[in-house]
Order: sequence, then structure tokens, then C-alpha cells
Amino acid sequence: MILSELAVASVKQQLRSDGLKLQIGPFTYRLISAIDAITEGLVKLYSDYPLAPANSFIDYPITISRGSGLHRWTRRQAIFEFDGKAVFIPLPESHAFPLLEWSMNWCVSMHAHHYLILHSAVIEREGCAVIMPAPPGSGKSTLCAGLVHRGWRLLSDELALISLTDASITPFGRPISLKNQSIDIIRDFVPGSVFSRVVHDTSKGSVALLKVPSEHLLRIHETAKPRWIIFPKYVAGSAPQLTPRSRANSMLELGRNSFNYMVLGRTGFEVLTRVVDASECFDFQYSQLEDAVKVFDDLVSQRQA
Amino acid sequence: MSRDLLTAVWARPDQQPLLGSRDWEVLLGQARRAHLLGRLAAQHRDKGWLLGVLVKPRLHLESGLRLADRQQHEVRWEVDCIVRALKRLATPVVLLKGAAYLMADLPAARGRLFSDIDILVPRQSIESAEGELFAAGWISDERDPYNQRYYRQWMHEVPPLRHVQRNTYIDLHHTITPPTSRFKVDGKRLLDRIVPLPGYPGLFVLAPADMVLHSAVHLFQEGEFDHGLRDLLDLKDLLHHFSQEADFWPNLLDRATELGLQIPLFHALFHIQRLFGYAPPPQWAARIAAFAPPAPLRLLMAWLLGLALRPDHPSCDIRWTGLARWLLYVRSHALRMPLHLVIPHLIRKAWMRQFPEKAATAAK
Repeated sequence: MILSELAVASVKQQLRSDGLKLQIGPFTYRLISAIDAITEGLVKLYSDYPLAPANSFIDYPITISRGSGLHRWTRRQAIFEFDGKAVFIPLPESHAFPLLEWSMNWCVSMHAHHYLILHSAVIEREGCAVIMPAPPGSGKSTLCAGLVHRGWRLLSDELALISLTDASITPFGRPISLKNQSIDIIRDFVPGSVFSRVVHDTSKGSVALLKVPSEHLLRIHETAKPRWIIFPKYVAGSAPQLTPRSRANSMLELGRNSFNYMVLGRTGFEVLTRVVDASECFDFQYSQLEDAVKVFDDLVSQRQA
Repeated sequence: MSRDLLTAVWARPDQQPLLGSRDWEVLLGQARRAHLLGRLAAQHRDKGWLLGVLVKPRLHLESGLRLADRQQHEVRWEVDCIVRALKRLATPVVLLKGAAYLMADLPAARGRLFSDIDILVPRQSIESAEGELFAAGWISDERDPYNQRYYRQWMHEVPPLRHVQRNTYIDLHHTITPPTSRFKVDGKRLLDRIVPLPGYPGLFVLAPADMVLHSAVHLFQEGEFDHGLRDLLDLKDLLHHFSQEADFWPNLLDRATELGLQIPLFHALFHIQRLFGYAPPPQWAARIAAFAPPAPLRLLMAWLLGLALRPDHPSCDIRWTGLARWLLYVRSHALRMPLHLVIPHLIRKAWMRQFPEKAATAAK
């Protein structure tokens, strides 16, 4: 059963009682919240995700609560609670839905040490994955959002989950978080795209979340092999430029961009080595999404040649 | 719903918990909240239970093991750094609590997670130790002059020291309880009996009895109980381990009397027996019973601690847990300092929380 098969009133009722049990790739969440923006966001963006069967194990129970006391009435808050404890500082209630997204990422990056977790977008074509690590502001999410609407499958916009046994990447496709000007760029680039409400004045500026195409979710259990590591960088007005980058340097940068490379110690090093060994590494500078689509298509066709 | 599944794991240490999905969700949450995920996982590994656990919760246990293994590796490395930083200090350096259990290879270290490293030096060496640690990269993040003064004047430790590059923390102590505490202990008396750590010249741990007493007094003097269950399990393991030494129990009881720590030891032993069924050898029962505070106080404390030692997780909260934790918080302050000192301090802290800016200027 998927979320859209549930009436909005039932979604709301579940969120307010025992929780909505949502299955996202390898993880199952229990989501509890009385905040309407959470119901609205979930109904809009998570409609194609399966609900977990009644007796399934829940990996991460997340509560987005309203503050207590006066905050219920004035300056209403949204607070992420995990195991009954507030994790981040309270945010204004209007930020509740992006807060839920950040909370879902936090749970995985802090606890799922059965994967090597890189802070990176991952997309796939013909079983081959592109890992795109990049600091905020480099246009990683914009590029990822553009490409997954031009023939690439979304594995994740934020977290690359790499198997410790065979270095394959497990999809964890969730709505893509777009900021500021990127929101309109993707609205224009992807006709008919579905967005959450835009939330202004967050720590990252204005944020909106883009729905994942349904056909990508049907394949959410299909893993992919790392094949390219591309460090994207948006540079206004630049021509597309794909420059080879050394494996050693790419490895260091990936390690720095990992949430649990240090936790995994030697295993982390060995897995990351496998990922880098299997991949061609590039820097990629771009300003136009159409150019990027062409460059990424060429990667695939040249590989086959 | 109010089920303490976590304590039950150690109440029946030879019986694998056979739980359904929902209970595993609750147990893992309780373990994370009590800082015992690593320990729960280590228990499953050591008893050979892992393969009998449902696949998905097992992944969480394995993650807990990875985290604990890595932290222990890092603590060993940090201890090496501390030894190097303090090698010019002419006085002994004593590891306390978790780092001591780990470096002395005690069973209490199994699966233990760490947040900082506690060390103790003689009071007169505190400043030189701080200087040497500063030279090696550990700085105090406490910028507030009132807090700095509070620590240095009234506490048994200086404000936490953070390593500027690695972000690891050291708590530097000169004794184990505040000098104003009802259970004050002169650090010198502890230093008299320290035990050298083989392979680490200059590095020591407390004597077995002192180690147990420190853990007991720490547990019941803390205002916050989020480490309570973990500390109690540490104690159980220490007692179990040291009981192999012939004179351990009489030494412990003598030492508790000598240092005036009979009451914390009594409470600790009571709850270890209540929760984990671990009892001291029967020949010492009468002496231990004599350590008890008067009956009304004893019963009240048993009730309060019984509530506060439940994992601080929504699944365990019953009507009185909040009140019990609050009363114990107040009690911990009353024990640490006499009223004429603690009340101005708490008012000052409340004011500083309310007006962080003004408080900083006023204290200058």
C-alpha cells in the first residue's frame, strides 16, 4: 500500500497518534507530528512511497513536536525529537517540513554505520552511478534535479549509501532540496514538476522540495555500481568543462565529505578505495543545465564505445 | 506503555531477549538514550546472540559495535597524546572512569561509549597540568568569567578542555567530589593508593575500592541521570571483577567508612541488587545494612532513584519520573554545596540563561 491510497484525514490521524510508518529505500520511519504543514508536505511529495506493514521494524522514530508552554500560542515552533530528546534548536513552525527532511537525513547519517555514507548526490544510468560530492552552493542539487528529469535515475540527493561488502550504492531517493534561484530554474526546466511550499528565511535561504518521479521509486531497491565521481561547480556564464581529476585527491575529498568515514576506520578506507578505483574522477564546471545534460550523456555513450 | 526493556537485558544476563519488531524499536531507543547501545551490542556479541536477532535490528547493533570499537581506538590514542603532553609534569596522572576501565582492560569497558576523558592530578599541579595541556592544544571553551571562577573556587575540576584540532574533551580533576560537598574527599587520600598502569610510565588508575566508590558517588551526586543506568552497570561489572580478589569486600567497606562514602555505596549496592540481582557476599550484608541512612530517607531515596534510573525514553516515562528527576536534581545541588552558596549560584545561572548578553558584561 502506498501513501496516496490513504485518505488525507487518515494520514493526519496516523501522524497524530501512533505515527505514519513510511518505508524509504532501506529504512523505515515512524513519523509523528500534529503540525499541518507536515501532513501537507507528506501527502504532496511522498504519495508514491510504500507504507510499512503493521508489524515491520521501525529504524527511526521521528517526532516533530510543537514547543511547550507559551510557544503553543505565540511564535509557534517545530522541534525535532528523537528518543524523546530535542536534537536541533527549535525552528519556527513554518519550517516544519524542511526540518522533517533534515531530521530524516540526520537519523541515517548518525546511525547507519552498516554503510559508508558520503555527503553526496548520486544518480544512475544503465547500472552505473555518478557520485557528485560538493559543498553547499556548488549547484549539486540543481544539477541532480535537472539530470534526473533527463534520463538519469535518482539514487539520492544528499546521502550516498555505500555497501561495506561490495561497494554498491543503495538508493535512498527522497525529495530534492532546492534553494533560492534554483527553485525557479528547475520549475522552468522541468514542466509539470511538483514542489512543496517554498519556505523562506531558513538557515539555507528559501527552500523548496521537489518530488521524485514515480518511476524512480518503483526501482528504489535496485542498487548501482560506482562508475564516475564528479565534483560539480556552478560558475555563472561558464562553458561546460569536464576536467580529469586525480584519484588520490578525489579520495581525500570524499573522505572529508563523509559522515562516518572515521567511524568505520580501516573498513571505511578499504571501501572508499574500491569506490575510487572503480571510478573515473572529474571536476565539472557549468552554467547551463542543457549543457550538463549533453556532457553527462556523452559520458555514458563514450563508455559504451 | 511503560516498559523498561533495557534493564531487563542485564537482569537476566544469560537469557537472550526474544523480542518482536516493536519491542526492538523501543529497546534500541532506550539504549541510545541511556548511552548503552554499544554495550547492548557488545552483550549480544559476547554471548553469541547476534545471529538470533531479527535482521534489521541486528544492523543497529552492529552499527553500535562499530561506533564503540572506533571510540575505544580513539580513546587509546588520546590517552597516548595526554601522556606525551604531561610527560614533564613531575606528578602522577590518574585516569578516571571510562578511560581507566578501558586502559586497565576491565570488563566495564566492553562496548562502552565515550564523551570525554577524565583525569586527576594533585591539586597543586592543576595549573601546571593545564599549562602543559594548553601547549599541546587543549583549551578551555568557558569564556564566561563567572563560570570560570565558579569552577575554580568551588568545583573538583576545571572547566572542560577541548583539543583545538580534534575536538576531544578532557575533564581535569583534583579530586572526585566538590570540596563543598557533603561527601567531600581529599584528593591526596586517593593518590596514596593509586595503581600504575603497565606500559604507561607516569599513568595510574585508582585503587579498586576507590574506583568503585568514585563510580558510586558520581552516580548519586549527578544532577542529571542520563548516564545513571550506564554508571550502575559499570559498577556491577567492577564489583564482579574485583570480587575475585580475596580482600576486596572488607577493603571496600573499610575504605567507604574512611572516606565517609557509606551512603552512596549503600544506595548503589541496593539498586544493583534490585535491578540486576547482584548481591555482595552474605557475610558482609550486616555491615552494608549499617551504612543505610535512616528509614524514611532510605525509602524515599529508593523510590526516587528507582524512577530516575529508568531509561529517560518516552516509553519508560510514568507519572512520577519527571518529579523524581527534578527532586534528585535539587538534591544533587544541596549535596554539592551548602544552601548559602547554592541558592545565589542557581539564581545567578537562571539570570545568565535569561539575559546571556547582560550577564557577560556584568561579570567583567
